[in-house]
Amino acid sequence: MEQLKGGDEISYLITLACSIVIILIVVLLVGELWYNSQPAIKKFGFSFLTGTTWDPNGDVFGALPFLYGTVVTSIFALVLSVPLGVGAAIFLAEMAAPKLSNALTFLIELLAAVPSVIYGLLGIFVLVPILRKYVAPPLAMTHLPIFSGTFYGFSLLAAGLVLTIMVVPFIVSVSREVLLAVPVEQREASLAVGATKWETTWQVVLPNASTGILGSIFLALARALGETMAVTMVVGNTPTISTSLFSPGYSIAAAIANQFAEASGQLFIASLIFLGLVLFGLTIVINAVARILIIMTAQRGM
Amino acid sequence: MSEGKMKTFTGGLAIAALLGALPLAAQSITGAGATFPAPIYQKWFNDYQQVASGVQINYQAIGSGGGIRNITDGSVDFGASDGPMNDKQLKGYEDKWHYPIYEFPTVLGSDVLTYNVPGITTGIKLTPDAIAGIFLGKITKWNDPELEKNNPGVKFPDMPIVVAHRADSSGTTYCFTDYLSKVSPAWKSKVGKNTSVNWPVGLGGQGNPGVTGIVKQQTGGIGYVELIYAVENKLPYALVKNSSGAFIKPDLASTTAAAAGVVMPPDFRVSITNSSNKAAYPISTFTWLLIPSHFSDAAKGKAIVAFLHWAITKGQGEVESLDYAKLPSSVVAKEEVAIGKIKY
Amino acid sequence: MVMQISRSRKITNNVMLTLSGLCALLVVMVLFFILGYLLWNGATSLNWDFFTKLPKPIGETGGGMANAIVGSGKILLLATLIGVPLGFLAGVFLAEYSGRTFAFLLRYTVDLLNGVPSIVIGIVAYALVVKPMNGYSTLAGGVALGIMMIPIAVRTTEEFLRAIPNSLREGAMALGATKSKAIFTVVVPAAISGLTSGMMLNLARVAGETAPLLFTALGNMFWSPGWLHPSASLPVMIYNYATAPEDSLHAQAWAAGFVLLALVLGINVTARMIIARGPASARR
Repeated sequence: MEQLKGGDEISYLITLACSIVIILIVVLLVGELWYNSQPAIKKFGFSFLTGTTWDPNGDVFGALPFLYGTVVTSIFALVLSVPLGVGAAIFLAEMAAPKLSNALTFLIELLAAVPSVIYGLLGIFVLVPILRKYVAPPLAMTHLPIFSGTFYGFSLLAAGLVLTIMVVPFIVSVSREVLLAVPVEQREASLAVGATKWETTWQVVLPNASTGILGSIFLALARALGETMAVTMVVGNTPTISTSLFSPGYSIAAAIANQFAEASGQLFIASLIFLGLVLFGLTIVINAVARILIIMTAQRGM
Repeated sequence: MSEGKMKTFTGGLAIAALLGALPLAAQSITGAGATFPAPIYQKWFNDYQQVASGVQINYQAIGSGGGIRNITDGSVDFGASDGPMNDKQLKGYEDKWHYPIYEFPTVLGSDVLTYNVPGITTGIKLTPDAIAGIFLGKITKWNDPELEKNNPGVKFPDMPIVVAHRADSSGTTYCFTDYLSKVSPAWKSKVGKNTSVNWPVGLGGQGNPGVTGIVKQQTGGIGYVELIYAVENKLPYALVKNSSGAFIKPDLASTTAAAAGVVMPPDFRVSITNSSNKAAYPISTFTWLLIPSHFSDAAKGKAIVAFLHWAITKGQGEVESLDYAKLPSSVVAKEEVAIGKIKY
Repeated sequence: MVMQISRSRKITNNVMLTLSGLCALLVVMVLFFILGYLLWNGATSLNWDFFTKLPKPIGETGGGMANAIVGSGKILLLATLIGVPLGFLAGVFLAEYSGRTFAFLLRYTVDLLNGVPSIVIGIVAYALVVKPMNGYSTLAGGVALGIMMIPIAVRTTEEFLRAIPNSLREGAMALGATKSKAIFTVVVPAAISGLTSGMMLNLARVAGETAPLLFTALGNMFWSPGWLHPSASLPVMIYNYATAPEDSLHAQAWAAGFVLLALVLGINVTARMIIARGPASARR
C-alpha cells in the first residue's frame, strides 16, 4: 500500500472506521440475539423447532406452530406468484415493445415499494371480506382438505394471498432482467429452425435463464418469510397447526410482533428472541442460496 | 466539502434541533398497560393537561401484561393492569429495583359478554353454565337449549358460535377467568385463571379493541370486553346471572354494587367477581395503576403523585360518562394515605 | 422449402403468449387497484384536521395525525443521519480503498445485515437503546431504522462509485489531486445522481417500516418533545387504527395510508427519474 498523503490518510481512516463500525454493529446484533436467547436454547435445544405447545404460563415453548404458518404461507405465495410473475416477465421480456415493457416494469417495481402495513390495511378491509363472501364458499365446495373447516376470514389463505401480491414484483423484476440477458442469438437460432415464439421462450430462453429465475424465487421467499405487518393483520394470530388453509394461523414474525412488548419472564423473552434467531437463520440460508444462484447466472457468461 | 454543502448541512442541523426541541412540555411522562381502562385513562390524561399545564402523560394501551413487563423493565414511568401483579411479579420487581411497586385502583369496570347474532339486538340472559359451556367449547350453536331456556321469546338462529378471546396477556382475561373459575369447576380444573390461558376454542384478538373487532366482523361471534367497548361499537351485551340468582345488566349501579362493602387489603389487591351482593354484576373488577414507590426524578414523581390525587378525587367526576364506576369512598380514603408513601 | 407450423403449435403459441400478457396485465392491475382504492378511501377521509390535530382519546371522534406525521419525519431524519453517512463512507472504502479480503468480509456482513428481518432489528434496538435508557424514544426508532438503511447505502455507494471509469480518477490525480480529493471532488459528484436516487429509494423503503417502531418509538398521544421520548409515527398509527373496531378510526387509517403511500411512491418515482436523467456514467 503506497504512502498516502495528508488528506488521504484521514479519508482512508474515516472510511475504514465506518466500515469497522458497521461490522461491529452486525457482530453486536448477532451477539445480542445469541446471548439473550441462551436460556431458551439451553432449555429446549433442537426440540424448540418441533415443539407444538406455546404456553407462557407453564413456561413451555415450542416454535412449530409459528414455523408451520411461516412456511405454509410463504410456499403458498410462491406457488401462486411464480407462474404469475414468470408469466408476466415473459410477456415483458419477449413480447412487449421496449417502451411498453419499460413502462409496465416501472409500475410493477413500484408495487415492490408499497409498505407492508398498507398491504395489511387492504388485506383487512378488501381481501378478507372478498374471500369470506366470494372465494371461500366455492373453495369449500371442492371438499379438498386444504379448504376444509369454517372460514373466519383471518386465515392462512388470506395471509398467503397477501404475500403472493407482495412478492410478485420481485419475481417479475428479476426474471425479466434475467430473460433479457439471454443473448438474442439463442432466440434467433431457435426461430430459424422453425420454432414458434412460445416454443423458443419455453424451450430455449427459459432454460437459459432458469438459474437466475430460481434465484429470484429464493429472494422472494426470503422476503415472504420475514414479512411481519401484512401477515399479522390477516393471519388470525392463532398458534395452531392445521392442514386447512381456512384455519387461522401464526407466523414467526407475527408472534414476535404481538408478544414481545408484553412478554415477561426470562424464558418467555428468551424464547421469543430464539424465534427471531430461527427466522434470521432461515433468511440467511435462503438469501445465500439466492445469491449463489444469481452469481451462477452471471458467471455462465450467457 | 464545498461551501454550499456546508451551509446546507448546518442549516439542516439547525432545523433538526428546532424540530426536536419543540414543543417543550414541562413534564413528559409515559405509561403503558391495560386496554380495559384505556378510554378513561386517555380522557383523563387529555383533560389533565388543562388541570396541570405542562404535564403531558402519554398512555399506550398495549395490554395489562405489557404494562407489567414495561414497568418492571423500567421502560415506562408507570404501568396499568386489571390483573393485579401476583406475588412472583411483585418480588421480581423488588428484586430488580430494590424498592417495591405499589398498585392503586383507579376505577371500577365490568367485563361484558358482547355478541353479534343477526336478529338479536337486545341483551340476552346468560347463566354461568352457559358462559362456561360456550368458552369451553361445549356449547357450539346459538340455538343451544341452555341459551334458549333462559331467553323465552328470543329467536336464536341455528348458527355456530364463534368465540373471541384475547391473544395477548390481559387483565380483562384475568377478571373473566377469575369469574369462570369461581362459577365453573370444569373451567377451574381445565383452564384456570390467569392473564393468558390456553383457550379451548376461539379466535384471538389483540387488546379489547381486537376482541371487539372480531365480534363486530364475525356473525355468530361472542367475546368478553370492557363495557365501554361494546357500547361505543353499538354491540349488544348480555345480562349475567349472579350468585343471588338474578340476571343483572352490567351498568354503573351493578358495577358499583360489586365493590360495595369489599374489604380492601393494604396492597389494594382484591377480586370482586361473583360478588355476594344481590344487585352486583358478577364480572366486575377494579383496575390498577402500577406506580413505583420511589422516583429518582423528583419532578416526575411529584407530577405523578399529583395526578394520582386528582384521579381518585376530581377525576372520578369524568368516569361515569364512559360507563366506568367510581371508586368507593372508603377505598379513596385508604389510597390517599397510601399515595403519601411514594418517595421522590 | 418452407416448413409449415402445425395448427396445434400455432394455437399453443397464441394461447401461451396471451396468457403471459394476462399475467402482466393482472399484476399491473393490482397496482392500480391498490393505488385507486387507497386514493378513493384515503382522499375522502383526508381533511385539514388530519394534518393539524392530535389524535382524540378512544371514543371521541375527530382528531388527526399531526404528531404522527412529524414523528415519522423526526425518526426518518435521525435514521438518515445515522445510516447514510455510515453506509456511504463504508461504500467509499469498499470502492476506493479496500483490499480483497476485507472487502469480502465487509460485503458479507452487510449482506447479513440486509437479511435481518425488520422485527428482529426491533428486538435488538429494544435491548440496546430502550432498556439501557429506561424509555422508548424517537432516538431508539431512529437507530433501528438507521441500521436498516446501512446495507443499501453501502451497496448503492459501492456500485455507483465503481461504475465511474478509472479515467476520471486518474485524470484528477494527474492534475495533482490527492486520492481523497479525487474521490470526493470528482468521482462522487460524477456519481451523484445515482447516489442520490439510491439514498432516496433507501429512505422510501424504511419510511414504511412498522415492526421495528413497535418496540422502539412505541407511540404518543401528544407531541413528542425532543428526541428522547416516545413518538407517534404514521405506519404504527395505521396499524393501530386499522386493527381498532371503530369505523371513524378506519377512515383515519385510510387517510394515513394514502399519505404514506403518496410519500413513498413519490420518493420512488422521483428517484427513478433522477437516475434516468443522470449522466451516462451514473447509469448502471
